[in-house]
Amino acid sequence: MEDLNTADSLLNKRLSRREMLKIAGVGGIGLLLGGGGAYGALAVKETLAKNSAPSKGDASGSRVGFYGEHQAGIITPAQHFLSFASFDLTTSSLADVRQLFQSWTEAAAAMTSGDLIGNSNNNLNLPPSDTGETAGLSPSKLTITFGVGPSFFDNRFGLAGKRPTTFGELPKFRGDALQTEWCGGDIGVQVCADDLQVAFHAVRNLARIARGTAVLRWMQDGFQRTGPADPSNGTPRNLMGFKDGTGNPDIADAQAMKEIVWAGSGDGAAWMKGGSYLVARRIRMRIEIWDRSTLDDQERTFGRHRDTGAPLGMRDEFAPLDLNAKNTAGEPALPMNSHSRLAHMDGATKILRRAYSYTGGMDAKTGQLDAGLFFISYQRDIQKQFIPMQQILAASDKLNEYIVHVGSAAFACFPGTRPGGYIGETLF
Amino acid sequence: MKKQHYYVPVAAAVLTAALLLSGCNSGDKTANTYNSSGAEAGTTTEAAANEGNAAAANDSEFTAAVEQYRAYVIQECDAFVTETEKFVNAVNGGDIETAKSLYAPSRMHYERIEPIAEALGDLDPNIDARDGDVEASEWRGFHRLEKALWEDKTTEGQQEFADRLLSDAKLLRAKVETVEIDASLLVTGAVELLNEVSTSKVTGEEERYSRTDLYDFAANLEGAKKIYELLQPNLAEKDENLDKQIADRFTALEAELAPFKEGEGYVSYDKLQDSDVRNLSQNLDALAEPLSQMGKLLGV
Ligand code: HEM
Repeated sequence: MEDLNTADSLLNKRLSRREMLKIAGVGGIGLLLGGGGAYGALAVKETLAKNSAPSKGDASGSRVGFYGEHQAGIITPAQHFLSFASFDLTTSSLADVRQLFQSWTEAAAAMTSGDLIGNSNNNLNLPPSDTGETAGLSPSKLTITFGVGPSFFDNRFGLAGKRPTTFGELPKFRGDALQTEWCGGDIGVQVCADDLQVAFHAVRNLARIARGTAVLRWMQDGFQRTGPADPSNGTPRNLMGFKDGTGNPDIADAQAMKEIVWAGSGDGAAWMKGGSYLVARRIRMRIEIWDRSTLDDQERTFGRHRDTGAPLGMRDEFAPLDLNAKNTAGEPALPMNSHSRLAHMDGATKILRRAYSYTGGMDAKTGQLDAGLFFISYQRDIQKQFIPMQQILAASDKLNEYIVHVGSAAFACFPGTRPGGYIGETLF
Repeated sequence: MKKQHYYVPVAAAVLTAALLLSGCNSGDKTANTYNSSGAEAGTTTEAAANEGNAAAANDSEFTAAVEQYRAYVIQECDAFVTETEKFVNAVNGGDIETAKSLYAPSRMHYERIEPIAEALGDLDPNIDARDGDVEASEWRGFHRLEKALWEDKTTEGQQEFADRLLSDAKLLRAKVETVEIDASLLVTGAVELLNEVSTSKVTGEEERYSRTDLYDFAANLEGAKKIYELLQPNLAEKDENLDKQIADRFTALEAELAPFKEGEGYVSYDKLQDSDVRNLSQNLDALAEPLSQMGKLLGV
């Protein structure tokens, strides 16, 4: 799918500034000016093909296609940075919402291709239509993924009847310490990129475009180790020092993705076919307490070795979890209250995690670090997948000694769209 | 009062540039806008001189708007001098309560036309600097008296500042006669007024002692609206959707501000909840964004 996305966008994309220059260099300005005909178009395409590979800028390697059956950013391999934005609509007109998503789609298609937004970037009398901080940067695998929250289906837009039957506010879980400023939202936008400036630029420009229609409700940046820091591209570690993502389903396995991630027309609502349901939880780590617990305690918390990421008693990170294995003392090798064991459930209930570490700097009240995991998961059905899993974890997970859930949101992420269409068209 | 912008006032620099350019052109007292002599704007000299700056607006189209705005500025300035005089008299007469009641309303006349005052050199800091905006030894103007009235609760020793405020106000009135106004000053001025609200009024940082920030908020907003109304016919012709969007968002922001009206004025900033502030601020941004597109009027 990603490949398809990429091919798609290569044919349909508008030219970026860099490409313009490149083409101008190869074919001369005349080509650009007179390039309306077939020859012009063809030559442009060839020039692009010739020039796209080695360029650091918009080489297809740094671009994830925006268009496709599914939105990008869900089964896309996790980029290094996250900028997540939750918006509230301030309009009560569905036409405004539609217009917003059309404008957002256009802007997202441009940004993910590495182009500047809009066409007034050189008028001295106007604020430029793109804020400009990504000019000359590669798309950095930018993906922008849109969804709507349960509150979107109240009585404001007359869409209450379209709310997917399986989709609503998350229940309160044991131990939740949710702060309203980190919860909910009419619209959720997950922005991911291999460069934080590129990611922030996207959120900033989407918020700008939304002015007068929607306002930011909350926003959270996240990070993982970057590519240069880990050339072997191993499983990233979370801020507790453990490899996080080992037990995730294989994103390359289309059948598994169909079973776990992609909503079918029977999963809540027909308009969600090809979409996916997102859960976000801002989970603060009690860093100081974690740091003074023993390695044994830490490993028993996850049921995995810190060093290798392997299940306790095993050597291979990817060795399957054996819930029956015993240690030398005859106890379960994976403690009954360990996180991996509990989250594994019966082995049949799965989710696709796409979490990032976050930090809010220092907690001014206590002087402690404000940091943790911005947990994101995608699933076909939140009620059947995330909720039962989190209920089990909330009840018994040893990890709860070290974490507290402070933020929560759920979004129904739309299916993808094709050039000419817009994200959300199946609903609006 | 623009926060910490005295030394590099970008927008003011543009305004001043326009001012200087046009200053050269108007030897004749009656031709007090360079746009009124249509030929000049199109000449190559002018175009070359303007390179790097925003393009000069094409003249005659905006003559009416510019003249009406000049009249508005002068009217507000007249009222500003009259009301400031009453305020200053109350301070000098030691009548704290009367002085307090006149403080915010007299300032509103100034706040409506603030970008003009800012284009006139030192006048803005002299009239409107807050404690810390200028060297302590140079601090005078409204906020100095505000501190005396609300914080120190005395008018003792304030006569010097009161008198200077009045003379600064009169100086402003005299200088606005000479200020050159063109369409691009109007366009930037409207956004500038909202930026004023956004940086200090909506955050309650303008009126530290009196908490009368909402008066300034309302006045800045009225000043921006005035400009919009003057340009509106041109805008409606050029971009109907943008015009409608701006009109709607003025209405929306005014509606958000309305509940805080009290008698002739506004409630104390302290009465605002955090959520009120955020709401006002977001509505303000929602208006300022399309307003900043009014530059479309000036052509490409
Ligand atoms: C701060 C909070 C959390 C931390 C630090 C954390 C960390 C980890 C770690 C280190 C692993 C083992 C490696 C791996 O398989 O990826 C793991 C596994 C897992 N976690 Fe979490 N996790 C957290 C919250 C959650 C939540 C809220 C859920 C879902 C409700 C969840 C679901 C899972 C699942 C499904 C697995 C894989 C289990 C299996 O192997 O089948 N985790 N987590």
